[in-house]
Amino acid sequence: MGRRAWLIIAIPAVTLFIAFWLLPMAKLAGLGAATPQGMDVSAYWLVLTQPRYWQSLANTVGLSLAATLATLAIALPVSRFLARHPAFPGRRVLMSLLIFPLAFPGVVVGFLVILATGRQGVLNTLAKAISGEPMVLAYGMAGLFIGYLYFLLPRTIGVLMAAVEGIDKHWLEAAQTLGASPWRRFVDIELPALTSALTAAGAMCFATAMGAFGTVFTLGTKIDVLPITIYDEFTNYANIPVAAALSVVLGLATWAALYIANTLASRSAQRR
Amino acid sequence: MTLASSLQALSITLTHCAKTWPDGSRALEPLNLEVRAGETLALLGPSGCGKTTLLRMICGLEKTDAGGTIRFGSDDVTRTAPEARGVGVVFQGYALFPNMNVAQNIGYGLKIRGVDSVTRHRRVTEMLELVELEALAERRIDQLSGGQRQRVALARAIAIEPRVLLLDEPLTALDARLRQQLRVDLSALLKKLGITCVIVTHDQEEAMMLGDRVAVMSAGRLEQLGNPEMLYRQPASNFVADFLGTLCHLRGGPVKHHHGVDSLTFRPHEVQLQAPGHGLAASIRARFYLGSHVRFELVLDDGQPFTALAGPDAPWQPGDSVSITLNQTHAA
Amino acid sequence: MTHSRFDTRLGLTITLVVTAFLIGPVLLSVTAGLTKNYFVGLSSGLTLDWVTQVWDLYADTIWRSYGVALATLATTTLIGVPAAWVLTLFPGRLSRLLEELLTLPVAVPGLATALALIVSWGSVGWLRSSVLFIVIGHVLFTLPFMVRAVRAGMQGADLVVLDEAAATLGASRRQRFFDIIVPAARSGIVTGALTVVTLSIGEFNLTWLLHTPLTKTLPVGLADSYASMRLEVASAYTLVFLLMLLPLMVGLQWFAARTTRTGSITLGAST
Repeated sequence: MGRRAWLIIAIPAVTLFIAFWLLPMAKLAGLGAATPQGMDVSAYWLVLTQPRYWQSLANTVGLSLAATLATLAIALPVSRFLARHPAFPGRRVLMSLLIFPLAFPGVVVGFLVILATGRQGVLNTLAKAISGEPMVLAYGMAGLFIGYLYFLLPRTIGVLMAAVEGIDKHWLEAAQTLGASPWRRFVDIELPALTSALTAAGAMCFATAMGAFGTVFTLGTKIDVLPITIYDEFTNYANIPVAAALSVVLGLATWAALYIANTLASRSAQRR
Repeated sequence: MTLASSLQALSITLTHCAKTWPDGSRALEPLNLEVRAGETLALLGPSGCGKTTLLRMICGLEKTDAGGTIRFGSDDVTRTAPEARGVGVVFQGYALFPNMNVAQNIGYGLKIRGVDSVTRHRRVTEMLELVELEALAERRIDQLSGGQRQRVALARAIAIEPRVLLLDEPLTALDARLRQQLRVDLSALLKKLGITCVIVTHDQEEAMMLGDRVAVMSAGRLEQLGNPEMLYRQPASNFVADFLGTLCHLRGGPVKHHHGVDSLTFRPHEVQLQAPGHGLAASIRARFYLGSHVRFELVLDDGQPFTALAGPDAPWQPGDSVSITLNQTHAA
Repeated sequence: MTHSRFDTRLGLTITLVVTAFLIGPVLLSVTAGLTKNYFVGLSSGLTLDWVTQVWDLYADTIWRSYGVALATLATTTLIGVPAAWVLTLFPGRLSRLLEELLTLPVAVPGLATALALIVSWGSVGWLRSSVLFIVIGHVLFTLPFMVRAVRAGMQGADLVVLDEAAATLGASRRQRFFDIIVPAARSGIVTGALTVVTLSIGEFNLTWLLHTPLTKTLPVGLADSYASMRLEVASAYTLVFLLMLLPLMVGLQWFAARTTRTGSITLGAST
């Protein structure tokens, strides 16, 4: 096999990965098994049993789930519209505008949320002008939810658009000639054909939202979600075992979600 | 009541139907066409000739340009949405729903119509018997062979008791041997159902076997409409003649000398080969033995090529000189 | 006409609302960065003072971010293109596992990767205080994007067959790699390169934990300004960042439209 000889050129990438990710991660996982100062159980046990960490985990999961569902519900009609209208004036510009925020890091997203819904934001100005009551969302869960929507929507629209384009138009026409109304065609034919793409996109959204740090960091470090808890434990309390244990739990959760997403995505790609 | 007797036969009348795409190009020139009640009409033509567009107009999936009307019997359906037209359509590639099994696919149109599950089940069973797929009711679509898919698509289209049946290249996706068999089956089934049917195909043999009448189309125009024999014997144009089988053309001095005309147009089976002597002189370039007959590729002395068919015992070999006469059965 | 008019209207409305939601805040930020006094409003007049102030305060972070991005790009290209070729050559289970592994630093939150790097390599003093520490983090995070883009280019070109053809003509491995494989994967490499630079310039999650006061990058500076500067300065700084991203995104879209069927681009800045 002449091919074997090629393997040698992958060594630098593999070495770098092992030295700077795999082994450090293993060490981090090991640290999570250590006993934090003043405690008599391992950090893993601690993060799974203490309500403080539980609460943080529940907040993160709940917020990520809500943001994921909202993103899918909003992105689906947008993707269908863009996929079904491949040529209308201004489409390219519209697509570029929808895609541009893909490149924004979380910190910037957080700042944009503050500009829109913070104390000096447009939303507050408008609310005061209309009802006299102030309206500030940015620095709490609501602001974080808006931030999550902001970075999840551009990621999801592209994925779903490709899936909608992959639906055989003849299926919909066949259903139509059999008497199905637009709504029935959507429910009976289109949604089933999109299930795996929606699940895959949903898992991707969930994982991305779970691990988001920059956005929360800008909005305010008082919001109780897992990345902030990890950051606090590490920098403010120097509680490395707990920070490590929480990181590993968070990492496993996001990895599992993404693994499901990739498996489903490749399966739906094969079926086509 | 059996299905065959419950299907009605309505004529389809298209009056001044044209189709212009948004970019201004014409897919279909203004056209009048009547499909008689109960007949099978084959729309035949090369790809891009407008035959599928015409079919999609009858389904309602494409709108006709302003001024055109489509009637089923006396019912003007020009503005009726495809959902409400009551057409049974077999799509090219069949478009079976991958998220439903065979029985669910066939029963889908009935479910949409709110038919109760008992009646639905009975009708689906009836359909499965009709297309001889009783054993496959619970199969997933991706577990079916091409021929089985074709029959499921047909059953799904017929199950709703459509007013007219429309088939878009129903056999193209199948391999040649299976296609032969299914042509015979499909022809028998259509006769049995007695429904008005339009079949789109680019295969002249399929059109001639399945169509009571054949409409030959080219470049968005209806070239000729008639029964298969008439089209073959009296083609209205060279295009029609050429599309329904091979057509050979010869011209020049020797042709004028032997036949008294400027040019000759004929079909390969009309050529008779003889030992050199009387008639046009030609030489054999290639010989293909095909079992029931032998196909010869020939050239005249001045190099013009043509084709001839002869019986399986024809003795000539490449390099031989022959003379030809024509035994024409139609006017050139 | 399988798409009903209601569908179209609803779709268009939601699409426009989403576009406004995504672009509105960006316009606010641009306006704020160019307005004399944002609280007074545009009537206070336009100015480039805030941008100048950002330049005086943060120019070093901008240059450092470009430096880090270029170093990251060089590394990911040098190690990523060969890795992508090996993954293309061996399409089996093992290589899927390998690609899955290389993707882990993207799948797992940057926070966890950064902590792991700190607990393992943070004690190496010269490394911890050097920009190299940040580059390592960025390489881990961007390498999967480079590998994926290059692989997509290689699969499209049916490179395995081309390589075998070149081998039968007597080309050595090195000749094949540089004469056949790299040129054929060119568009994939360019897409990957643009992606890597875009992601590196915007990377915050890893960098925030890996940086030292002497190795601040642009996003770290941004976070700093968001926390401690007046809104106009923070906005002007954001404006500078957006202007840096713009050519990269335009290039990426242009390339994606030419090379992939759907014209979609795969990117995911650290959130």
